[in-house]
Amino acid sequence: MTTVVQDSPAPAPPKKRRPLSRFQQYSQIGATVVLLAIMLVVGATLYPNFTSGQALLDLFSKNSFLIVLAVGMTFVILTGGIDLSVGAVMALGTVVAATLLQQGWPAPVVIPVVLVVGGGLGFAVGMMIHHFKIQPFIATLAAMFLARGLCLVITDRSIAIDNGFFQTMNQAHVDLWEATTTNARGRTRVTEVYTTPAVLIALGVLVIAFVVLHYTRFGRTVYALGGGESSTNLMGLSVARTKVAVYTISGLCAGLAGILFSFYTASGDPVAGIGYELNAIAAVVIGGTLLAGGSGYVLGSLLGVLTLGVIYAYKEFDGDLNTGWTRVMIGVLVLFFIVLQRVLVARRR
Amino acid sequence: MKKLTANRLVWPALVLVALLVANFVANNSFFSVTVLDGNLFGPVVDILRRAAPIILVALGMTLVIATRGIDLSVGAVAAISGSWASMYIIDSGDRGSVTVVLTAVGVALLMAVVAGAWNGFLVSVLGIQPIVATLVLMTAGRGLAQVITGEKILYPDNSPAYKLIGGGYWLSVPFSILIAGAIFGITALLTRRTALGTLIESVGVNPEASRLAGVQSRSITWIVYIFAGLCAGLAGLMLTSNSTSADPNSIGLFIELDAILAVVIGGTSLAGGRFSLAGTLIGAFIIETMDNFIVIAVSPRTTDVFKACVVIVVCIMQSPQARAWIAGLFRRGRSGGGDTSTGSPVTATPLSGSSPATPGTTAGAAAPAVTPTPTLTPTTGTRTS
Repeated sequence: MTTVVQDSPAPAPPKKRRPLSRFQQYSQIGATVVLLAIMLVVGATLYPNFTSGQALLDLFSKNSFLIVLAVGMTFVILTGGIDLSVGAVMALGTVVAATLLQQGWPAPVVIPVVLVVGGGLGFAVGMMIHHFKIQPFIATLAAMFLARGLCLVITDRSIAIDNGFFQTMNQAHVDLWEATTTNARGRTRVTEVYTTPAVLIALGVLVIAFVVLHYTRFGRTVYALGGGESSTNLMGLSVARTKVAVYTISGLCAGLAGILFSFYTASGDPVAGIGYELNAIAAVVIGGTLLAGGSGYVLGSLLGVLTLGVIYAYKEFDGDLNTGWTRVMIGVLVLFFIVLQRVLVARRR
Repeated sequence: MKKLTANRLVWPALVLVALLVANFVANNSFFSVTVLDGNLFGPVVDILRRAAPIILVALGMTLVIATRGIDLSVGAVAAISGSWASMYIIDSGDRGSVTVVLTAVGVALLMAVVAGAWNGFLVSVLGIQPIVATLVLMTAGRGLAQVITGEKILYPDNSPAYKLIGGGYWLSVPFSILIAGAIFGITALLTRRTALGTLIESVGVNPEASRLAGVQSRSITWIVYIFAGLCAGLAGLMLTSNSTSADPNSIGLFIELDAILAVVIGGTSLAGGRFSLAGTLIGAFIIETMDNFIVIAVSPRTTDVFKACVVIVVCIMQSPQARAWIAGLFRRGRSGGGDTSTGSPVTATPLSGSSPATPGTTAGAAAPAVTPTPTLTPTTGTRTS
């Protein structure tokens, strides 16, 4: 196969192919965008109001915590690692928040404590991975057991949160615009289209991550680390600090996701978020980040979360749809994007 | 003596013995075995019976890890085969019929083989990283199991032939132990008396080099994943038959993690290229005995924390960096001690020391939280039924 390429005298192709290859860089995200558009169109034809403004915004508000988890996971996967502990750390965050609030701690103290717990756990995992050369998979697996176990040690049942601030965040609406809908009989109804503060926080995290990854030295090191650890080392970039920082960021994001989750459910639940690590990984993969590391965009992860959100929305709009099928659909989507990645990487070489 | 300490199996075995002794101290009737209706009963027999599914899954996992892979989908495969067999038995008119059960078992195992072949295809033909490739089936597999059962929890009861697989007795010994023992024996024979084991290890060391050396690394990888799928399917049958209920959401939940843990404790390196079946067996027993000890002496709620601590300690002890560091400490203390035995004695001190020490610390952390609540059977208790 290769001899054919060598035999053909082809000095011209590089010039001709350059514009194409520039777009090839985005072909993964392009596939995600097209897929998301198709799914939305199919949903709109199947179910009324599927793509109404509020339904689209609900995609964000129902998945605000998943956005934050996926942002943290993007950092880790970009370095070529993986973090299986995020779902459990998120649950630990909700449980810690609920327990402390129950004991009368004020919300402005509780939130930093949860962030410190999440970030600290991530930091410990990062230290383990870097200094003892333990595979990220095993180290984060142990962290997952640990976090889930700590949840159960703290409480084995869901704790309701009646703190004023958390309640406010649970019910708060950020009104965006007024939508006028006219039904078949000609009656018009004016509704407020709103979003929640949690969504704004999640999008803020996303923007910060975007800026950090693309406009800072740290971000470039993250990409370099995914490209190759030894070469990053030879370039004189600090592998140790970046690696530990990436897992700390992921833990921090998981803690924040825990807070957003407890805003959303107004409770702390030790069995919350079982399997969310897989959803976060799936979102990152669907968003076009290469699982081998080194290539991908954090904005793609947002698209991945929205794609998963649309799959769940199908299930909500259609009462007959089996939960099993949503899982199968997610699996098929992940597979599709993994195979797509393989093909693109193979072609790039 | 030096030969003994150099053996990799000594330290896991010592941990197991220490756990058994701890169990005996916590519960003096731990080693008592009674014969009831001609069948053996007792805590040890119970541990063996409950360990059977983990042993099976861990056996498959050992070979997969030996090829430098990993199979995350075993829990989902167990769920698929368990729910399909239960569904078939319930739907058939005659639940007691042996033919029905044999058909159910046969088809369920076939599905597990297909699932394993699918993983093998993704890994060996498409060349996808094993973690990622098996993640697909891990996500989708439980969904498939839910689709099979129509999102219901099934109760394949009053089928004695099916009950036999996981909860029955044969020749006064629990049947599941016999199955697991037979599979273990066959695997050990095939990998250690034929060249298969060496070939698997060579693929684990370097698939490309072994391919160039004439090893059919692609088919070896397929075989290994198919075997892992088959073992997982059998484990799923055992789990559903023992509990006479099949909830696709909880059959074999986290069994992949227990299996990986058993393999790691048994001394098989996750980097591939070397494996120890006996080590895996000991690892599986350690996990079940540990669970049992926690239930008796500490609290079922601390199981996960305890396991996490064990994984962390074992992994850190396996890392060359930690060994070098501790060896350095020893050398400084002894001033010029020989470095001929760097690895194993170092692993020993923390390993055997950790098992009595860690429950103490976790118990201390758990005590205030545990005492006020009378209900002590959260999700961790489900697997023990």
